[in-house]
Amino acid sequence: MVTVTTPLKAESRDLNFIYNGGIHALKGINMPLYEKKITALIGPSGCGKSTFLRCFNRMHDLYPGNKYQGQIVMHPDNTNVLDAGVDPIEVRMRISMVFQKPNPFPKSIYENVAYGLRVRGERNKRIIDDKVEEALKGAAIWDEVKDRLHDLAFNLSGGQQQRLCIARALATDPEIMLFDEPTSALDPIATANIEELMTELRDKLTILVVTHNMQQAARISDYTAYMYLGEMVEYGDTDRIFTNPTQKETEDYITGKFG
Amino acid sequence: MNTANQVLKKPMELEISDRLAKKFRRNLIERGIEFLLLLAAMSAVFTTVAIVSILLYESYTFFEHVSLWDFLTDTQWTPLFADAHYGIMPLVSGTVTTAAIALAFAIPVGTIGAIYLSEFASHRVRETVKPILELLEGVPTIVFGYFALLLVTPLLQKFIPGLPTFNMLGPGIVIGIMVIPYIASVSEDAMRAVPMSMREGSYAMGATRFQTAIRVVTPAAISGIIAAYILAISRAVGETMVVAIAAGQQPNLTFNPMDSAATITAYIVQVAMGDLPHGSIGYQSIFAAGLVLMLMTLTFNLLGHFTRKKFREAY
Repeated sequence: MVTVTTPLKAESRDLNFIYNGGIHALKGINMPLYEKKITALIGPSGCGKSTFLRCFNRMHDLYPGNKYQGQIVMHPDNTNVLDAGVDPIEVRMRISMVFQKPNPFPKSIYENVAYGLRVRGERNKRIIDDKVEEALKGAAIWDEVKDRLHDLAFNLSGGQQQRLCIARALATDPEIMLFDEPTSALDPIATANIEELMTELRDKLTILVVTHNMQQAARISDYTAYMYLGEMVEYGDTDRIFTNPTQKETEDYITGKFG
Repeated sequence: MNTANQVLKKPMELEISDRLAKKFRRNLIERGIEFLLLLAAMSAVFTTVAIVSILLYESYTFFEHVSLWDFLTDTQWTPLFADAHYGIMPLVSGTVTTAAIALAFAIPVGTIGAIYLSEFASHRVRETVKPILELLEGVPTIVFGYFALLLVTPLLQKFIPGLPTFNMLGPGIVIGIMVIPYIASVSEDAMRAVPMSMREGSYAMGATRFQTAIRVVTPAAISGIIAAYILAISRAVGETMVVAIAAGQQPNLTFNPMDSAATITAYIVQVAMGDLPHGSIGYQSIFAAGLVLMLMTLTFNLLGHFTRKKFREAY
């Protein structure tokens, strides 16, 4: 068997997270994030997987009183994104995010995708045009919307809106893309489209995805982490986690005895 | 057996008739309540219909003596003089000018205030400032009138030499101060109603707080913000006491804020408190003026209605 060493894109080191109010939601999480791979976070509701995901782009900073301890280090530059001296806006420019429920802005399809470029101060219309087209193509929605780029984004279907949100996140060339249960609000066909899209995106960037759907984790991810009560119970190759978990809790969850 | 039957039967019969009686009573109460609710809802409609019909009826008497053409084109409004002129335009110009000054002042300040309160202020600041703003809504307008006459105008005179005691600028600014709370408070409510997920989406794209407020939250709340503007316009156009006290009650066809002027409402109050006999043309003229005022606010409301529809965002 040939072992290819995959470079690390990021890793969390002994990460603790305490919500405003004192709830200790993450307890000493260590996890690597390999470059151009899909890592899935699974676990029962309330286990902390979304909390963990939202640490990567410092979303918790939006609400006062939340506290991080430990590090999330990005490679190759060794930046600890949780460091107080690191600007969360810069972090979010490198790590983009797709949410559970499609949340397009009250703007046209075009302006939704151009948003990230505009907030970065890009003014050149030709550059924006090119980037918007590239991102919409990358999100496999270009053919459906190319004739109505200036329609309001709310007129799209739920699955289209989610792909638009992926295009929006793609337009700024992020290094890592976070997906917070991206298909839980979608029907099976739209879900299949998004999953296919994610596996295609793997060629370009590193993906961390939270999912409630174990089949989804098994289908699309390269690595899987099982979390429970704020702790990382087990992490490993997706194939191994689903066929031969070492922890009893993981096995119980995967086989449906629990969760 | 006979007695046994009776014992068995009687309670059932009683029960059924009892239930029927209850149902009948319940229906009656339901209908009664429904009628009361309808009455309450219709009271506003009846009032509106009554006001409009009286305005139309009384204006009709007025227009029997004054032609509509004169009413709209004459540049003088002097119904109380021997040489009476009935041109509404001087009153319209006064109304438009004071309202425009007020809105030029209140819309920027109120909108920026709403953005600050909704997107930037800490919970504590918001919970302190908002009640104070809403308290401002409750200050009687007569107080604002003297505020304009005795404080704002003298203050303005220090910067603008030659500004007469009675002018439109001072009252305009004061009306602006009066309507700021409406704009700020209603707009803030609309902005707070924008779902957090939309803000998160913007922050996740690397936007700053200011960019999120201006580029995402404000457009998402635009229909509520426009509703706030419409409310403010109607208030500014209909404001009476401030202009009656501080603008001079001189119908002048001018849009110059430095001039004294009268607005439609100020004129109505002047005549209504004077001793003109009922039925005289001078008296009837206030109904015609009132009709114009009502048409103006109606136009603004309709405009607002359609702009809101156009900008309405479903999220």
